[in-house]
Amino acid sequence: MNYLLAFLFGGVICAIGQVILDKSKLTQADLMVILVIFGSLASALGLYKPLVDMFGAGASAPVSNFGHVLTQGVIEGYQENGFFGVLQGGMAKAAAVLGASIIFGFFAGLLFRPKG
Amino acid sequence: MLKERESPQAKRYARLVEQEKPRVSLGFNILRAFLVGGSICLVGETIKTYLISYGMSVETAGIWMSISLIFLSALLTGLGVYDEIARFGGAGSAIPITGFANSIVAPAMEFRSEGAILGLAARMFVIAGPVIVYGLISATVFGLIRSVLL
Amino acid sequence: MNKTFTLKNVYVENTASVVGPTEGAGPLGDLFDVVIPDDIYGENSWEKAERKMLLESMGLCMNKSNYQTEDFDMILAGDLLGQLISANFAARDLLIPFVGVFGACSTFTLSIGLGSLLVESGFMNRVLAGASSHHETAEKTFRFPTELGVQRKATATWTMSGAGTVILGGVGPVRVSEVTFGRVVDYGLKDANHLGAAMAPAAFDTLNRHLTNLGKKPEDYDLIATGDLGSVGHIMLKHLMGDKSLGSGNLTDCGLLIYDTRQDTHAGASGCGASACVFSSHFFPLLVKGHINRLLLIATGALFGQTTAQQKESIPSIAHAVCFERVSDQ
Repeated sequence: MNYLLAFLFGGVICAIGQVILDKSKLTQADLMVILVIFGSLASALGLYKPLVDMFGAGASAPVSNFGHVLTQGVIEGYQENGFFGVLQGGMAKAAAVLGASIIFGFFAGLLFRPKG
Repeated sequence: MLKERESPQAKRYARLVEQEKPRVSLGFNILRAFLVGGSICLVGETIKTYLISYGMSVETAGIWMSISLIFLSALLTGLGVYDEIARFGGAGSAIPITGFANSIVAPAMEFRSEGAILGLAARMFVIAGPVIVYGLISATVFGLIRSVLL
Repeated sequence: MNKTFTLKNVYVENTASVVGPTEGAGPLGDLFDVVIPDDIYGENSWEKAERKMLLESMGLCMNKSNYQTEDFDMILAGDLLGQLISANFAARDLLIPFVGVFGACSTFTLSIGLGSLLVESGFMNRVLAGASSHHETAEKTFRFPTELGVQRKATATWTMSGAGTVILGGVGPVRVSEVTFGRVVDYGLKDANHLGAAMAPAAFDTLNRHLTNLGKKPEDYDLIATGDLGSVGHIMLKHLMGDKSLGSGNLTDCGLLIYDTRQDTHAGASGCGASACVFSSHFFPLLVKGHINRLLLIATGALFGQTTAQQKESIPSIAHAVCFERVSDQ
């Protein structure tokens, strides 16, 4: 059941994204930025966590989850360390994902040749 | 003198261009995005469930899931497979975190020929950079409003 | 309406083309002189591969006619990359006086038109004219990195990998008889994924002027071939021609001839290479063999840059027309 919910929810988000790409002049980069902003707004309103609880990877694999993680980091940081925590919390919470992206990206760039 | 690009003739032409635009089969595109995007999430869910079954906490398993997807995406991009998946899946391959990783690996590979520093390393963030910037800005603004007001 | 040049003494002596593997797999694949095995062509960057293709097409041309570099008075060539790096770097290895020309994808007929005037004037005896484009260098420069997962729009054309060169001189099987240089035409279109529609008015303007200046009709040519309007741009040109009831019976587009529909290249081929390779390896032999006697080639170019596109400016376009005639055997 968890698998089905993840598949369906993730699929629906992507389907909506496809409508936006086909019907507007927005590029893929625009779409990713919009989703991240949307994710952090939903997170601040307390709406994103229930989605993750309900749909699992369906909500946490899309890039909007990146906005959610950053926002949760900011909120938790504020509670623990005030304004210092606001500055530190977001990136701290997303550090593993960002680090992995940069490290894997770097080595893939070194190892592989583009095929075109 | 009336510029040609603002002339009534040009406006008429622009309308004609709109009419002649090939209609994309939106339904088919949506279905493919749904299937590809859903499948990537399904892979993520599988990884997550597997890790949790080995006693990992839900939150840590979620982070490892993202890292695994990023690794897979970097590998598939390197092998020249991810852009083929994207040709089929469109937004379905762009929206999951794998699309974010692809947007880092692709320019890194492409611009390696311009050097390791200003080529590979600098260009990695052509698309990922804006995502990180707007992610952090929106998270700070929304998170701060939420924290201060509530 | 701004002059059309009619020439008497300029001939295409020989042609050569070098194309990429995707183009080699298309319907004209067997006709090209060289089909390279992959787009990197043994080099370590796409850019080096493109200039190698252009240089090879020039070398082939010279070999076919048994000429040395001393036999040429000038090279006129261009490509799509910044500072014309493919043409400039290819010319570095030839030591022939060189003039780089830029007309975006119209570069091929621009080179031929200019070269023909130089030969007709008597100042020069023999000129090499060529143009190249390369799928990956163009994608990298104008769009996205090639491994980035993007879905192409249905109206987008596929920049082809290919280089074509011709020798212009005083003898040859095909004569260059008429040249009309294009005006920059801008109908205010902004979609960089739909260049065919932006360029069609330029093709129409040049065609219209060419015919009006000479008092000719489209039927006077066996074939009128635009450069790289693609499927949608081709339809738009027909619409424009319909407006002035010029008829459109013998109209084709080089970009539509390169790929077949199974190749997932959407609206067709684009790039300087489209008109250069299709002329060199398809139209030129047709003229030599007498399957067609008069060809009007109108290569089209979109004269915009990355910066103007990001600043949301419209796309100015241009088209240059050259008429080729078969020299009847007597």
